Amino acid sequence: MEKVGDYDELVNLKATELRLGLPGTEEETVPCGKSNKRALPDDTEKEIESTGKTETASPPKAQIVGWPPVRSYRKNSIQTKKNESEGQGNYVKVSMDGAPYLRKIDLTVYKKYPELMKSLENMFKFSVGEYSEREGYKGSDFVPTYEDKDGDWMLVGDVPWEMFVSSCKRLRIMKGSEVKGLGCGV
Amino acid sequence: MNYFPDEVIEHVFDFIASHRDRNSISLVCKSWHKIERFSRKQVFIGNCYAINPERLIGRFPCLKSLTLKGKPHFADFNLVPYEWGGFVLPWIEALARSRVGLEELRLKRMVVTDESLELLSRSFANFKSLVLVSCEGFTTDGLASIAANCRHLRELDLQENEIDDHRGQWLNCFPDSCTTLTSLNFACLKGETNVAALERLVARSPNLKSLKLNRAVPLEALARLMSCAPQLLDLGVGSYENEPDPESFTKLMAAIKKCTSLRSLSGFLEVAPLCLPAFYPICQNLISLNLSYAAEIQGNHLIKLIQLCKRLQRLWILDSIGDKGLVVVADTCKELQELRVFPSDIHGEEDNNAAVTEVGLVAISAGCPKLHSILYFCKQMTNAALITVARNCPNFIRFRLCILEPHKPDHITSQSLDEGFGAIVQACKGLRRLSVSGLLNDQVFLYIGMYAEQLEMLSIAFAGDTDKGMLYVLNGCKKLRKLEIRDSPFGNAALLADVHKYETMRSLWMSSCEVTLGGCKRLAQNSPRLNVEIINENENNRMERNEEDEREKVDKLYLYRTVVGTRKDAPPYVRIL
Repeated sequence: MEKVGDYDELVNLKATELRLGLPGTEEETVPCGKSNKRALPDDTEKEIESTGKTETASPPKAQIVGWPPVRSYRKNSIQTKKNESEGQGNYVKVSMDGAPYLRKIDLTVYKKYPELMKSLENMFKFSVGEYSEREGYKGSDFVPTYEDKDGDWMLVGDVPWEMFVSSCKRLRIMKGSEVKGLGCGV
Repeated sequence: MNYFPDEVIEHVFDFIASHRDRNSISLVCKSWHKIERFSRKQVFIGNCYAINPERLIGRFPCLKSLTLKGKPHFADFNLVPYEWGGFVLPWIEALARSRVGLEELRLKRMVVTDESLELLSRSFANFKSLVLVSCEGFTTDGLASIAANCRHLRELDLQENEIDDHRGQWLNCFPDSCTTLTSLNFACLKGETNVAALERLVARSPNLKSLKLNRAVPLEALARLMSCAPQLLDLGVGSYENEPDPESFTKLMAAIKKCTSLRSLSGFLEVAPLCLPAFYPICQNLISLNLSYAAEIQGNHLIKLIQLCKRLQRLWILDSIGDKGLVVVADTCKELQELRVFPSDIHGEEDNNAAVTEVGLVAISAGCPKLHSILYFCKQMTNAALITVARNCPNFIRFRLCILEPHKPDHITSQSLDEGFGAIVQACKGLRRLSVSGLLNDQVFLYIGMYAEQLEMLSIAFAGDTDKGMLYVLNGCKKLRKLEIRDSPFGNAALLADVHKYETMRSLWMSSCEVTLGGCKRLAQNSPRLNVEIINENENNRMERNEEDEREKVDKLYLYRTVVGTRKDAPPYVRIL
């Protein structure tokens, strides 16, 4: 067992691995989300059970919904702290309606909303309106939204910062006619 | 039939606290039923849909304390959609309407709104205690109503709830005249805390025995708080991520030393390891220690702390303590009764840096003779280890083992873990709760059915081969109350074999199994006293099809006994057959 570990360190395959993505980021595993399917492919299950194979199935790369059985409250606590402490960062994609390509930002670099807003404004050269809990963002054609863990599109700024960071999967700066639907105090 | 006046019998009944015993008493004869009814002060309802508020109040008009549980257990792991149910508002409304003298409300996995909390705070003049565990749906505004309006509030205990923190001033809402607090736990609040208001509150609460802070309460504040409340029994510390300057550290140490009554310590939500030594002086008094949120502390720091806790009875910890750390626990904590080891690496992203294995579990079982409850997350296990554990600890009441990788066999012999778990149920004759994991065939369920005579709750995931597995359990475990199964190949044959069994149980959960819509329908047809709920989140898929396919597998099945029929508050994607 030890030998294998040493070999890995020696060769350091990971460092020379070719993949897409910013240097220093790890590929995130794909959450199963609302998928109705069982997490493990049926073949793997049958293999193990019918032949009693000696080698264990390689751990599924996809996260299984609700597994391991740890309360979401606890999961969120640990996850947020891991991101913070390991400096791994929590990179999310940012898209802006009309822009030719997307950007990525590290949410853990910011401590609150105004910092994030300023950074986005600088990155995409726009300005966001004034935020109020009742009416959302007023005074601008641009509205920052984000996709949360449940797959819903939410207005940035409603929930406490920490909750936002832990549930934000990607950002989208909406613009133009779609914006009329949001932030109108309805 | 009574040889004593009612008041005497009632007085005797007063000594009987357990609700199960009281339930039994009420079945003896009509007279006892009546006396018991009117003298019952505490009522426990394990499933809020088994009965309705009107009937509850009708039977126990003098109740003062109500415990309600809402969503099924697997809701904790995101398997139950948010709006499934478990709303507390109708209960509070009914209690208020009937002018019940409610003093205590304890809720678990229920949806609580600010409106409910406001109504609660205004409707019961003598309200004293609110305990919310794993609830959601409310904000700090709701807490503000409780603080402001409950003049005799003693206990506000918020455990692991999802609370929308509006960064308001809820702590300020406790009036200056409020001096009755004995327990305040707001550890799960994510936002900022008005520390000044908190300090004033603690200073005017001489009876405060339990205080659990949230992340936002820094080190300096902690020292001042502890100085105000040296009588504390139970403390949850907030955060102190930076290494403290010597002066703050000294103040903290001095404050802690004065808390000679402290028996229980938790929190450490964000902690720099160098702060831990401040707690060394009181470790010898601790009987309960929860470090399971302290993700940054390395094993060796944990070990140094635990080595001083010789009287520990309850320990919750992360697996970063490692097998080495568990050996230390086994050597040190001879009074240990309950151990929970949580995973620090939830998604299996890291290599085995310091996780725990069967070695740690065996060490604990050998070193801690009083151990009766365990929850253990690990990456590997063996039959030999489980057999040894069973031999060392025949006193388990709760045994929950979670091997992180589904279907993982004994990592040495590559066999299934049937024999290991079999040994556990055979040796532990008092076992009431069991969670199994790893590679398991039907055999393990045969053992469970045969030996687990006191088993009340069983959790199964990714286990079993055929319907026989589930049948062994249903036929064998006479005291089974809750059965929850996910991702296992049990189908209609098992589900339908003994429909009456479910009326002796609180509930059955089956998700990602082989039961079909047809099977569930047949089950529901013959069971007026069961609610059979199908949760199918892919609502769109269903509606597109013209005919209902009875052979279609059911995503999630939740059935429970009830005396009040179908509930009216289910969302559209929950179908009650």
